[in-house]
Formats: sequence, structure tokens, C-alpha cells
Amino acid sequence: MNIMVCVKPAPDPKRWDSIQLDPVTKALRREGIPSVLGPLDKRALEEGLRLKEKHGGKVAAMAMAPPSARDNLVEALAMGADEAYLLSDRAFAGSDTWATSLVLSRGIQKAGKFDLVICGEWSLDGSTGHVGAQLAEFLEIPNVGRVVAVEIVEGESLRARSMVELGDRILDTSLPALITVTRETNTPRFTSLLGVIEAETKPCVSWSAADLGIRPEEVGFRGSPTQTGDIFMPEMKRKAEMLRGEPEGMITEILHKIRQAIG
Amino acid sequence: MDFQLSPQLELLRKSVREFAEGAITPKVQHMEETDEVPWDLYKEMAKQMYLGILIPKEFGGTGLGNLARMIMLEEIGRVSAAMAMATQIFHMGTASIADFGNDAQKKKYLPLLARGERLGTIAVTEATGGSDPTGIQTTAKLQGDSYVLNGRKCFITHGHVADTITIMAKTGEGPKGFSAFIVEKSFPGFKLGRKERKFGLHGCNTGEIVMENCVVPKENLLGNEGDGLKVSMATISEVGRAGMAGCGLGVINACLEASVKFANQRMLGGKSISQHQAIQWQISDMYMDLEASRLLAYRASWMRDQKMRCDTDMAMAKYYATEAAVRCAKKAVDVHGGYGYMMEYAVQRYYRDSEILIASAGTSEIQRIVMARKALTSFK
Repeated sequence: MNIMVCVKPAPDPKRWDSIQLDPVTKALRREGIPSVLGPLDKRALEEGLRLKEKHGGKVAAMAMAPPSARDNLVEALAMGADEAYLLSDRAFAGSDTWATSLVLSRGIQKAGKFDLVICGEWSLDGSTGHVGAQLAEFLEIPNVGRVVAVEIVEGESLRARSMVELGDRILDTSLPALITVTRETNTPRFTSLLGVIEAETKPCVSWSAADLGIRPEEVGFRGSPTQTGDIFMPEMKRKAEMLRGEPEGMITEILHKIRQAIG
Repeated sequence: MDFQLSPQLELLRKSVREFAEGAITPKVQHMEETDEVPWDLYKEMAKQMYLGILIPKEFGGTGLGNLARMIMLEEIGRVSAAMAMATQIFHMGTASIADFGNDAQKKKYLPLLARGERLGTIAVTEATGGSDPTGIQTTAKLQGDSYVLNGRKCFITHGHVADTITIMAKTGEGPKGFSAFIVEKSFPGFKLGRKERKFGLHGCNTGEIVMENCVVPKENLLGNEGDGLKVSMATISEVGRAGMAGCGLGVINACLEASVKFANQRMLGGKSISQHQAIQWQISDMYMDLEASRLLAYRASWMRDQKMRCDTDMAMAKYYATEAAVRCAKKAVDVHGGYGYMMEYAVQRYYRDSEILIASAGTSEIQRIVMARKALTSFK
């Protein structure tokens, strides 16, 4: 059972207060803020590792990210992944979820044959939740979202319990397939010291746009159908207003003010 | 000269921090309130290979060494000095065998200690001798194929928890009249004495162990008869003192982080107290203590990894980092004002936990004697 886990290194949430917005380009300025694997990335990895422990095979980790994300992939190797792929090129900068999914799909196709692709349901930073489904479309394989439990049936197909609004559903699908996992899926393991030692000896491959046969206009800002309209820091202001009078009258006034505030 | 940690050590720090915050932090309050030993955490740490960090790979450890251990203790101590103390004492139990054991002893004990199936400690101190190990009175007499030990050890960290204990006893007279033995708690005549009540390090036991005609097989003698001082001094001065420095580093980290967080939130005169110079001075002193302690402790650990003589350097690191831990804990409580005295705030724990680091593995005065001895010969 060969499993590919796609991860998205994102700025460390502990340092989010240091992130600045570029007023002109509307891009996030994240210089000096280290990237980390998100909680859903780790759950995706954990699920892959558990399936490997049960059914054999290998687990690979892949990220489309700047070169510094190599450290995050080494972390995935230390957690137990067997190999890692970093898709990194200046041309990828500014890619929306569509272009990101395209790059990842090319990376997966180049990396070899995979029975299962696992992603977090959404990333730690953008949190769009688009990439899993779009990636499955590019790879032309079935996709099950919000998966909280998964089993491989007779080594050939996959049975997934997927969360829906008021409960969950059981879905069967053929392999290869793609699933996206949530916070409820599992509790990721801690990285052991043995994992730390072994990570250095495992392969971590880096591929550029040219390696993947991707033309610059297919990705980045130019290849992205979604263009950011505006990004701004919401202004958080506190204002105290004292009301006087009888409770009933004040309640009516409060309700009126709330209705006004929410439009 | 390169002060940058290797990518492997950076990853080690990150993974231990995740473990400390994810697995240890949720248990700290329970340990504080009950003083119970967190057996489940020890098992989990063993699974992560933390206990075999000083054990060579061929005997089931990771062999990552002393600098890696220092970073690990710093990260564990950052969330719980009691857990760091327990971890470092387990390491001391393994180091005495890894450094002085013969091949058979290493094969028998080290894999079990690395896997956490046995926990180790070391017992030197008695009511009549600790910093002066020649004052100890426990005796070991060879009778046939076994040594028979009689005596009482006190203030033994995790003496009531460990399964395998390196014990020093008198086998003759003079400095060469001491020997070290690997004693298992199941040996006949081995008993537990009183358990101490401490004002800090809750969840990390300290207690007496008693040997009443305790029968120890002859093959459990560590090194040769007469090597006792060498075994205990090397283990205490290089592994134990490093352990105390590591615990101290953890406490200093915790004090600085808690103080910065509180100082940024607490408002006084319309601005956060971190904007007041009086508080900034406290914070900057703590910051400098952290960096200075780190430099001394990392360097001494690195020297041990290079197999360089490092007893003076460890003494310096231990002295500085543990005194700094107490100093920073006091400052952290001060920065918190009245809140710092309340049990809801962790800084009171840092204050209580840090004090013992000075007395353990040789007081500050002992460290200064060690340093003076070197200085008086090096600078004449």
C-alpha cells in the first residue's frame, strides 16, 4: 500500500501576531516567522503511517513550498514517512488552490504509483479546504472529504467514515483514491529520538517547475483563476456605552443597537 | 567555531518540546497536588527512546550523547523540573554502567534500561557523607561468590522507583577503599526506607534505601574493587551536574516565558508593565542568565561528547545555571507581583523546584572548590 501525504507548511500560529500585510501587493509578509506542519498535516501523516503499519508499503510526504520547508519535510520523515518530495520554484509563488493542486498532481504523478493520497481537510493558514478535492480532480481519482475513520477492504478498496453536518456516512470507493482528514481522525504520534536519527538518512527530493514539466504561466499569479480582491486587518475597537432607565426599556434599546450593528 | 546547533539537534529540540507540551504538561498539576510518580509518562518517554540517550547503539540506546541530553533536559524542565530531574537521574543510572561496566554487565542491563523496562538511579549519599564521599559508612564484604552490603543511603532521587541502582560501599580503607555495585531492588536484604516530603519537585521521589545483609553477586561489582570513588565521582561530576544544569535551563526558560507573557498582559498606569523600565531590567537579566547558562552547559556537554576532560566546565555550568534558575524564579515571582505568590500561577512552582538544584550533585560551594582547584593551577 503506497501512500502519499500532502502537507502544507504554514507560519507558526504562535507567531501570527508578527505577520504583516503588504499594503500594495496584499501578500502576507512572513519573513523571520518559522513554518510548521499544521495539526491536520500531522493527522494526515498519522493516518498514512497507521495504514502502512497495518498493510505494509510506504508513506511519502510532499509539499509545494519555499526551500526552507525542507525542515518541515524532514520533520515528516522523523515522524515516520519513508521519503519526501519538496516542489519548490519561484514560479509557484502566488499560486491559488487550483494552481497548487496542479503542481501537487504533477509531483505525485512523477513520484510514482500511489494507492492512496491523504491531505488535511484544510491548511493551517489559508483554510480554504479546496486543495484535496481539486487535487483528486487533477489526478482523476475519487475523493472522500472530512474522513474520520478509514479501512482498507481486502486490499483493494477503501471504506471511509465521513463527517456530514448532523452525523456521518460510510462511503466505499475503489483505489487509488484521495481522502482528506479532520481533527477527529486520530491523535498524531510524538516523534521519537529514533525517528530524529533516521530522518537524516531518508531521501528528501526537491523538484522545480521544469522537473515537473510545468510552464511558468500555468502556475503562480498568472496561472491562478482566483485573484485576491482585498485583504485587511479587521479593526478591533471596544466602546462602552452606559444605558440608564428601567430594565425593560434598556433591553429594547440593547436589541435595537445589536440589530443596527449587524445591519 | 560554530555556535549553531545541527539540524538534527534542532529537530530533537522540537520533537522533545512537542512531547513535553503534549504529554507532560497535562500531568503537571496532578503531580503537584498528589506527589504521585507519573509511571505512564516514564513508559511513554522510554517509547520515545529518551532514557537511552547516553547508551550506545550496540546496547539498545540511541547514543545521541551529552549535548542532545542537555537540550532534552532543558525542554522537559521547561514544563516540569520534576520530570527533568527524574529523566536525568535515570540517565545517571545508565551512565555509570555504560561508562564503567564490563561487557557482560552492559549486555545484561543497558538494553533493559534503554527500553525503560528497568529504571536506574545512583546512590552515594548517606547521613555521614555526600559531598565528602569518603564519609560514607555502608560496607560491602565479600563472602563466597557474593558481596554482602549493609548500610543506609539517604536523599536518593527515585531510590523508591528505580529497579537497578548503582550503590557505593566501603570495601576497605582510604580513597581506594570504596567500590561500586549494580544492585537490583529484588536482591535479598534490599529495603526501602522513609520517603521524604519536599517543598518542590512533586512527583519526583526522594527517599532512603536500606541494605540489611543485602546479597549482591560478585559479578555486579562495577569496575574493580577500589574503583568506587572513580565511578561515583565521574558519574556525579559529569552526568549529574550536567543534569542539574539542564533542569536549571528548563526552569530559566519557563521563568522568562511566563514573565514576558504576564508583563505584556498586566496593565499599570495605562500601559503594560513590560513597557516599564523596572520590569524590563528584570526581563533582560533573566534573558542574559538563560543565554549564559546555555553557553556554559552546551559547551561542557559538547566537551564530554568529544571525550575531553570537563569536570571543571560541568561544575561551572552547574553552578551558574542552578543559581541562575533560583535567581530567575525569584525575579519571575517578583514580576508577577501578588499573583506570583498564588498557586494558580506556575512561577511559585518554579521557585520551589529550583532551590533543590543547588544542593543536588554538589552545592555551589563544592562547585567553587572544583573551579578554584583548576584556576589556582592554570593561572599561576
